[in-house]
Amino acid sequence: MEGVVAGIDRDEVLHVARLARLELSDDEVARFQEQLSAILQAVSKVSELDLSDVPPTAHPLELENAWAEDEPRPCLPLDDVFANAPDRDGDYFRVPPA
Amino acid sequence: MIDTLTLTAEGAKDLLERGEVSGAELFAAYRDAIAVRDEELHAYLHVCDDPGGDGLPIAIKDVIGTKGVPTTAGSKALEGYVPVYDATVVARCRAHGFRILGKTNTDEFAMGSSTENSAFGPTHNPWDPSRVPGGSGGGSAAAVTAGLAPWALGSDTGGSIKQPSALCGNVGLRPTYGTVSRYGVVAFASSLDQVGPVARTVRDCAYLYSVIAGRDENDSTTVDSPPIELPCDTQLAGVRIGVPRELNDAEGIEPGVRDAVRAAIDLAVELGASVEECSLPRSVEYGLACYYLIAPAEASSNLARYDGVRYGLRAEGADFREMVMRTRHDGLGDEPKRRIMLGTYALSAGYYDAYYGTAQRVRTVIRREHDELFERFDVLVSPTSPTVAFPLGARADNPLAMYLSDLLTIPSCVAGLPGLNVPCGLSEGLPVGLQLIGPQFSENALFRVGHALEQALGFDPVPARYRS
Repeated sequence: MEGVVAGIDRDEVLHVARLARLELSDDEVARFQEQLSAILQAVSKVSELDLSDVPPTAHPLELENAWAEDEPRPCLPLDDVFANAPDRDGDYFRVPPA
Repeated sequence: MIDTLTLTAEGAKDLLERGEVSGAELFAAYRDAIAVRDEELHAYLHVCDDPGGDGLPIAIKDVIGTKGVPTTAGSKALEGYVPVYDATVVARCRAHGFRILGKTNTDEFAMGSSTENSAFGPTHNPWDPSRVPGGSGGGSAAAVTAGLAPWALGSDTGGSIKQPSALCGNVGLRPTYGTVSRYGVVAFASSLDQVGPVARTVRDCAYLYSVIAGRDENDSTTVDSPPIELPCDTQLAGVRIGVPRELNDAEGIEPGVRDAVRAAIDLAVELGASVEECSLPRSVEYGLACYYLIAPAEASSNLARYDGVRYGLRAEGADFREMVMRTRHDGLGDEPKRRIMLGTYALSAGYYDAYYGTAQRVRTVIRREHDELFERFDVLVSPTSPTVAFPLGARADNPLAMYLSDLLTIPSCVAGLPGLNVPCGLSEGLPVGLQLIGPQFSENALFRVGHALEQALGFDPVPARYRS
């Protein structure tokens, strides 16, 4: 099938890691390139089947719209919300400059 | 004297109701067992003090959020995280008076089949500590088998309840998708994740399922399921059992596993069931590939939240982007990183249709194959795991070999079907698990067949090394 490649090169590993916001060491890049290539080769098996008339399944239950009344409920107190925060500034999570 | 190795939850409930033991004595008995046996096993990541009350003790897998009790999902990214609210399943347990013994070990973010991917060290199998307990829920399964809890909650995405139950010799249910709330549970792959019970008997498993099942307004994917009946029938007259060839003859199934499962199938015939061979031609051949596209794709999205902003680990960084990338580098282990990258790749521009889109269509094929079989059969049977518990380290360096551990559990998970593991014998002195699969919402049928077989098989769930 078009688009399926058996393997992933070093630049693609770095590209995907950037998309996923993962810093990788050189060792990790080499290890993951080899392992991901083997895994991609194995999962490419899905392209063997003729699926032209088969619709996709996104969810195993055929549910349509789970309705709920739009009733306000109390949310967590702010001290709970920030209880696990690495850094806080008043009612904000504090992070390094962008 | 309470013998936690043989006491069932049902037995413990009787003792409490008759006033023969107090809730505090029961809780203390399990804490004592943990003190004696868990240094070797490492089933628990965190042990709780007695919260009081008079209900049954329970262990909770550490991917399930517990208010005021650390919840790490086996990851350094969540080390020190203490939830400020209970998962719905925990709230339901507490409403029944259950008392949390502690949080059980898991592969990091429930990604693995041996519990070796836990950032806090592996759990060991109670039958042979040089072997894995299975995974990802190896902690819950080992705790129940070693008498460190009467029962436990686990979670299952592609086999994380059934496979550890098989390797540890107890009963585990992966419920029908949508019947148990995931609210407050650390998300891995949301179209697959289910919470379920691990227990010593089928009746205990059914009872615990009845406690946690049912629609939850905080999880819009949940539905109400039929009322649960505790099984008592010991005959199987009228039950139609299918034996899918591909699940029973798959490459890699050990001869001892095959023999024990065949013996259990023969026993089902003696109990009055009709048994017939059948076929799932594409579900087993394509199931693993389908799963390892869909689950990582969903995981790459779910694990985006570990960015060091609101909770969990934060690494130092000169700017926001560097902080996030270092936090994820330091906090996440190899298996989550592999799956995040695999999923990101499968969802990225140019590859989406070829990988993720195709896998979703294969998922439809797998559902339809199972649906067709359930027009003729009430239950399908197979081994749960192709092998008995394997030695620690045996598959740790080869992700693909580890993924094959779930070859037989994955197809029904992909189809959203319930599955029950029932221990059916020993091979090389280690437990073999029988997998029962039914159509959606057929838990009562699985419990009925599982209970009848359990009674007839008479499997002794206490590891030989603990008997004396």
